[in-house]
Amino acid sequence: MEDDAPVIYGLEFQARALTPQTAETDAIRFLVGTQSLKYDNQIHIIDFDDENNIINKNVLLHQVGEIWHISASPADKGVLATCYNKPSDSKVLTCAAVWRMPKELEPGSHESPDDSSSPAHTLELLCHLDDTAHGSVACVVWEPTGDGRRVISLADSHILLWDLQESSSQAVLAGSASLEGKGQLKFTAGRWSPHHTCTQVATANDTTIRGWDTRSMSQIYCIENAHGQLVRDLDFNPNKQYYLASCGDDCKVKFWDTRNVTEPVKTLEEHSHWVWSVRYNHSHDQLVLTGSSDSRVILSNMVSISSEPFGHLVDDDDLSDQEERRPEEKSQEPPQDSVIATYEEHEDSVYAVDWSSADPWLFASLSYDGRLVINRVPRALKYHILL
Amino acid sequence: MAAVAAGPGPGSGPGDSPEGPEAEAPERRRKAHGMLKLYYGLSEGEAAGRPSGSDPLDPTDLNGAHFDPEVYLDKLRRECPLAQLMDSETDMVRQIRALDSDMQTLVYENYNKFISATDTIRKMKNDFRKMEDEMDRLATNMAVITDFSARISATLQDRHERITKLAGVHALLRKLQFLFELPSRLTKCVELGAYGQAVRYQGRARAVLQQYQHLPSFRAIQDDCQVITARLAQQLRQRFREGGSGAPEQAECVELLLALGEPAEELCEEFLAHARGRLEAELRSLEAELGPSPPAPDVLEFTDRGGSGFVGGLCQVASAYQELFAAQGPAGAEKLAAFARELGGRYFALVERRLAQEQGGGDNSLLVRALDRFHRRLRAPGALLAAAGLAEAATEIVERVARERLGHHLQGLRSAFLGCLTDVRQALAAPRLAGKEGPGLAELLANVASSILSHIKASLAAVHLFTAKEVSFSNKPYFRGEFCSQGVREGLIVGFIRSMCQTAQSFCDSPGEKGGATPPALLLLLSRLCLDYETATISYILTLTDEQFLVQDQSPVTPVSTLCAEARETARRLLTHYVKVQGLVISQMLRKSVETRDWLSTLEPRNVRAVMKRVVEDTTAIDVQVGLLYEEGVRKAQSSDSSKRTFSVYSSSRQQGRYAPSYTPSAPMDTNLLSNIQKLFSERIDVFSPVEFNKVSVLTGIIKISLKTLLECVRLRTFGRFGLQQVQVDCHFLQLYLWRFVADEELVHLLLDEVVASAALRCPDPVPMEPSVVEVICERG
Repeated sequence: MEDDAPVIYGLEFQARALTPQTAETDAIRFLVGTQSLKYDNQIHIIDFDDENNIINKNVLLHQVGEIWHISASPADKGVLATCYNKPSDSKVLTCAAVWRMPKELEPGSHESPDDSSSPAHTLELLCHLDDTAHGSVACVVWEPTGDGRRVISLADSHILLWDLQESSSQAVLAGSASLEGKGQLKFTAGRWSPHHTCTQVATANDTTIRGWDTRSMSQIYCIENAHGQLVRDLDFNPNKQYYLASCGDDCKVKFWDTRNVTEPVKTLEEHSHWVWSVRYNHSHDQLVLTGSSDSRVILSNMVSISSEPFGHLVDDDDLSDQEERRPEEKSQEPPQDSVIATYEEHEDSVYAVDWSSADPWLFASLSYDGRLVINRVPRALKYHILL
Repeated sequence: MAAVAAGPGPGSGPGDSPEGPEAEAPERRRKAHGMLKLYYGLSEGEAAGRPSGSDPLDPTDLNGAHFDPEVYLDKLRRECPLAQLMDSETDMVRQIRALDSDMQTLVYENYNKFISATDTIRKMKNDFRKMEDEMDRLATNMAVITDFSARISATLQDRHERITKLAGVHALLRKLQFLFELPSRLTKCVELGAYGQAVRYQGRARAVLQQYQHLPSFRAIQDDCQVITARLAQQLRQRFREGGSGAPEQAECVELLLALGEPAEELCEEFLAHARGRLEAELRSLEAELGPSPPAPDVLEFTDRGGSGFVGGLCQVASAYQELFAAQGPAGAEKLAAFARELGGRYFALVERRLAQEQGGGDNSLLVRALDRFHRRLRAPGALLAAAGLAEAATEIVERVARERLGHHLQGLRSAFLGCLTDVRQALAAPRLAGKEGPGLAELLANVASSILSHIKASLAAVHLFTAKEVSFSNKPYFRGEFCSQGVREGLIVGFIRSMCQTAQSFCDSPGEKGGATPPALLLLLSRLCLDYETATISYILTLTDEQFLVQDQSPVTPVSTLCAEARETARRLLTHYVKVQGLVISQMLRKSVETRDWLSTLEPRNVRAVMKRVVEDTTAIDVQVGLLYEEGVRKAQSSDSSKRTFSVYSSSRQQGRYAPSYTPSAPMDTNLLSNIQKLFSERIDVFSPVEFNKVSVLTGIIKISLKTLLECVRLRTFGRFGLQQVQVDCHFLQLYLWRFVADEELVHLLLDEVVASAALRCPDPVPMEPSVVEVICERG
């Protein structure tokens, strides 16, 4: 089908940071942060018009430095957080800040397609998540379902919980914890669990995955040697509360049950280089997206460990019908885990992939050379899952 | 002539002639002639000497049988001219004369013979007359003799009759005497213990006594006899019950008792009961040998003892039983079969317990011999008692033991393999501790391969004993078919090769992927081992097996190709894992070197960093290590001056400008564009791609992994000017030394170019070093 073809958008700069605009549920919108040491960095707001297959972009200037990580507030469409390198003469320090987009760029106001004529807009700084004593910030994660006031930042070996007050203009350190151990421990990734009323956070440092309770800021579980090498990314299954996916430099994607961390539930080994990013689909958790520095994006169908291992559950009023049909149903093999598709549109390492927050069948991937590719789940599979 | 011949028809000549009597005469003469001719063995034709084919009845033929002189003369006169007549007349006269002389000669010749014949006849006449007289005399004499004889027999007739009668009376009297003496004889026999004799006497007398029991005297005898017989039977039973005597004696007792007319049913029971007692004693002694004490006699001795003691006893019992109680019919046979089944079962249980103790040993010969004895021994009772199924049960036991042995050997092979691996590990670890030269991997490999092969051969030889021709059970269908194909070939050999592959593969899946668990050299060695198996050893072993165990079974067996494919897959996985592990080691070095350095405030590079030298050293060491076991492999054609090659990004002044500080907004676009175009023309590099079985491919894999790691790490850092220059120097150094290891040096160039390009992008102040300076530094370091 024609509209199944990927849509490609090129940025002028290298880029690593990608996030959907989490609070937006109608329009398909992604935010991409660039990395450039010589020029002003930008945040591209990319709107995808699903019906016309057209991309609209808006550019925001992010002058404080190159963007290593970006995340959008789940409550306020205009609020986002970035981790950026602050240029200094002798040292590189990564800081984090919360920003607000200019009002005119907020949803519904993309009547300015000719962006070359209009001057680039600048972000409005709300507050710094700054505590220089704690070192470089690796990432900032928002509380998934709250009112967008609680944020966690991972700075070197510290995990910091911030409370944003006065419409996010002030960040108050609400709690912190730190890793203790030999050598320089450094967090590489973190993810806030949407379950347990958002009291759990998972972090990765080196080959270890740790779970934290945000109320007491204490460790609740620890997966030693989760991967053979560095763990690059984590994601929680949105529908199964104990399931966690991780990926890393051993080219593997592993799925864990945090109640039993001695063995992964499942291991995928499809990539031929480090896997940098793993994401569960927000609605259909059998769909797992991974991006790797072998320049590939792989969409896998992990039916067996999803919340719908036998396909779509039948509604209650169909039950009588169902009972009669049961023998046939049983004879059907449960669907197997498989790779749905491998996307090879990228020509450089893919450092970020993510699903759209508005359309569960759509996802974006970003490679280092600044290429953003928007793809859809194959239709056949989509209908198979829905029907 | 023909016309004349036509005239008087054959046979008509003499009949039609008018002078009948004259015609008769020559006819008679001719008859006499014929007889003479017959006597001399001449046929008429031949005697006439006439040419064959002419008419024998021609009356004009001088020599013919039907010659008629008148017709001849007529013919001559009519046909011939005078001269010819004259000629024929003289001729005729001459012939007649010749014939006359001939006849005269003949007569003279035969005259003497006639004379002597006449003499002889006369003499014969005399002799016959004399003979006639003597014959007459003989006849009279004979008549006299006949007369005398008749008279004598008449005289003797009377006496003959009396003698016959007397002889009859004598026999009767002897019988009576025997009867009267019977009780005392029986008593005596019983006293002497000659039971057999007694029973025979009794048997002889019984019928007579039975017949004449109405006579009081006989009655008394019979009663006496019965008393004695009862005693006899009593004693026999006593003896039988005592059971001390051997089976043959018991059988004898039973036989006698049977002859005495004891009830067979009861005897049969008792007989079996006794036999059971004896056999159970045997079993008990066998069990005692089994006992709790471990130093039991060896298995051969055990089965020997069991064979001679129990099985022999059982045989005796069975044959005696069948002999004695043949009259019992199928019920009796069934009883015996049940008896044999039960005891046999207990015996088998004992044997199995003993055999189970034997499972540990490695040597089969004793076991096979023991089994052979065991099986052979049981064939006799098996044949005797087909219904008891002893032979089948024995075969089953042998089969079970054979199966267990196979399992044991498989286990042995596995542990031998694991032992080899442990040895290799130690060999790999030991010299390093001693600080000596690294172990000869090729030598280790050869050791392992030969050790495994010899183990396999030893196992095959040991198992082969089961199918040796002289072993009694080797021709059973199980040993001819399933044992060979499913047991030995599939179970033992194929099973071992599979388990070997699995063991080897398990090294790939070890959870501690840091490579600490398995020394990489071991992975390499195993990989080579599996590859060798794939190319030669598997087919060799299987051929060996098929030859030794001529497989007649039609059941499907694993084809060589499948096993080879498995081995190859294992080898490939091991090698890939080796590449990953070694790549990881180098990657870690590179990563640490990039991550831990402060690239912003580094000084101007003067040297190649030590870690790069280490990388090159390690790569060289790996190259040597792999070279010990794997062939070189093919490289792509390379330019002759590859070591002199500098990075493409710096080789031209046009590209040099790329890194000059520039604030035109198009510059970054160009950078992207350039690198993208570059990528368009280069193939995608699959970093952890499968490797081939050669050194170059392995090294290419390791270097690819290392350089890709370097690239990714560089991208995560920010570089100062000198930082960039340091990367430049390092990459050039790597370039100088690594190209020789890989299949396609373009690959190294490409990756290193990308590293430097990425470093340049990550540098706010990218001022590259002069290529010449880079070269000088590299050559110095």
